Amino acid sequence: METASALRTEIITLNMGPQHPSTHGVLRVLLELQGEVVTKATPVLGYLHRGIEKLAEHKTYHQFITLTDRLDYTSPFINNLAYALTVEKLLDLEVPLRAQYIRVMLSELTRIQSHLIWLGTHALDIGAMSPLLYCFREREETLDIFEMVGGARMNQSYFRIGGVAADLPDGFTEKVKAFCDVLPSRIEGYERLLTENKIWLSRTKGVGVISAEEGIALGLSGPCLRACGVKWDLRKANPYSSYDHFDFEIPTGSQGDSYDRYLVRLEEMRQSNRIVKQALEKLPPGPVNAVSPKVVPPPKEKVQENIESLIIHFHLMTEGFNVPKGEAYCSVESSKGELGFYIVSDGSSKPYRVKIRTPSFVNMESFSSMAQGRMMADIVTIIGSIDICLGEVDR
Amino acid sequence: MGVESYLGDTIITTTLEKLVNWARKSSLWPATFGLACCALEMMATAAARYDIARFGAEVFRASPRQADLMIVAGTLTRKMAPVARRIYNQMPNPKWVIALGACASSGGIFDTYAVVQGVDEIIPVDVYVPGCPPRPESLIYAIMQLQKKIEKEHLREKNYG
Amino acid sequence: MARMAELVERIKETFPQAIEETVVYKDEYAIRVKRSYLLEVSQFLKQDPACGFDFLSDLCGVDYLGREPRFEVVYHLYSMKHKHRLRMKASPSENDLSIPSVVSVWKTANWHERECYDLLGIIFSNHPDLRRILTPEGFKGYPLRKDFPLRGK
Repeated sequence: METASALRTEIITLNMGPQHPSTHGVLRVLLELQGEVVTKATPVLGYLHRGIEKLAEHKTYHQFITLTDRLDYTSPFINNLAYALTVEKLLDLEVPLRAQYIRVMLSELTRIQSHLIWLGTHALDIGAMSPLLYCFREREETLDIFEMVGGARMNQSYFRIGGVAADLPDGFTEKVKAFCDVLPSRIEGYERLLTENKIWLSRTKGVGVISAEEGIALGLSGPCLRACGVKWDLRKANPYSSYDHFDFEIPTGSQGDSYDRYLVRLEEMRQSNRIVKQALEKLPPGPVNAVSPKVVPPPKEKVQENIESLIIHFHLMTEGFNVPKGEAYCSVESSKGELGFYIVSDGSSKPYRVKIRTPSFVNMESFSSMAQGRMMADIVTIIGSIDICLGEVDR
Repeated sequence: MGVESYLGDTIITTTLEKLVNWARKSSLWPATFGLACCALEMMATAAARYDIARFGAEVFRASPRQADLMIVAGTLTRKMAPVARRIYNQMPNPKWVIALGACASSGGIFDTYAVVQGVDEIIPVDVYVPGCPPRPESLIYAIMQLQKKIEKEHLREKNYG
Repeated sequence: MARMAELVERIKETFPQAIEETVVYKDEYAIRVKRSYLLEVSQFLKQDPACGFDFLSDLCGVDYLGREPRFEVVYHLYSMKHKHRLRMKASPSENDLSIPSVVSVWKTANWHERECYDLLGIIFSNHPDLRRILTPEGFKGYPLRKDFPLRGK
């Protein structure tokens, strides 16, 4: 058409966020659009930067546990676990087996809960409104379990340095078993709604493709990298907290697109369910805290009866325990990828430096290359399928 | 005898203020302003178990121009503060604000260089909800308290900050 | 573990003037590299088949106020093939706080280095886009430095 060449076109810069229903928090994306096609997508971060790493230098090791919960607030237990493992490495503390199994069980339940939130919100962004309500129904059941154990629905700070805060309450086993028995049929329900749905397929297949080499170069980890075909999971590659006692598979995809990321996460929920069932069956009796009077406070019953325990408890809570000079880096497989803590200790009761390697921050680096050349509506799909949590991205 | 006998069954009497306040409190439409962890509890309140729809508030509007309640759920950082003020300004009157959680009410555990110590430094707040995060029941209670506050409003006296 | 020890010995033999110090704690091996050899050593660590450190897990800066050199940049490397980790450290120059950027070796270093610049003020030379990432635009100061107060200025 002759008139087409006379048309003046320009690249529009559109601002998306930081207040936006589909950015899963306060993420701002600068989109450069040629019509509907995205030529460049630049994320702008920092709208939830709270200074957690700076705050770490002013809190004792024990007090910092509550701050770790608020990093990736969709999976609080796993954050606690990564931090506790690093400090225990610095202290050279051996955590009893019962505590390790409890940690594994709760971490896997958290992974299931995080993936449920992801599925509900991702489907809602794409336009499927019912999975949100179903996923949140399952999530409420996991939150009931967490409340039984930690006293709160979110941000429990239940894992402690040396073990866990207290032993499991009565009724825990039955409740978890009931949940694990019903979860597979619920996941099947989500599959029936979405997996072969024509609209879901056309919105997610081939959208946001990234190759394995590009992913590794950009530091991508977790389900996003597994969807590219890289069979890497820290629970199997460098096992921690007795994950090597459990039998589970690592699902991988092949195309590295949003559809594969969806399938990988669904399968991960099933595998996590397997781990929880095994941990429940094999749970050994025993103490839930390491034997270390300088680090682990005495049990509450003793504190209320006996003056020495009260003094020890008071000292530990106000001044904290000293950690030997040194540095350590421990990482775990969080629901979003590799979550690592690098702690430098100068021998005092407060960390000298805490660096938190969060998966969402690094996974967002791949966003620009995933979004290149896609349509504007795909941006929402891509942000959802990377599964970020802004508390982690900005810290 | 008296005026009542002429009214019959089909007429109710009220004042304009009561009518308007009843309409406003029964259909508070929140603007999505979830910032951090409290946003998840806000979503849980909107989900099936706690069901904020019973109070007329299930329609979370993405555009502040169509909303009348701003639930600030989460930590407000200094980088985000101008955005919060802008969203508040874009909301048409009448509008109300609920500060959900410890971070929105007073900065929470984050007393650092990057966090605004309470969202009321930037926008006027009607109801503060403590908790970290507050349970969905607390948010529902806050909405009910806000509804009681709206019931008592006078049409000509509302001040907007 | 024994393999990592051999690997570190090999790295020391390949770059005798570059490696200033090696530290071992439990299963963690750390090497301190001279800034001028940083890019060379990084390329070797990535390309050598026995090392195979193709994944940069983390890059951060630490402020050791009161020590010479004051700052230190810490790199955590991981090998997808061998599943082993290495920590590499280097210090920026004292007068202008600059250190070569490793973006040409590991692409993911881009945002990590931006964050390090934003929070500590370390300049990464040859970085494609060195600007603040987490703090607001126009923010003055480097928050994570030890002489920056917690509640800000």
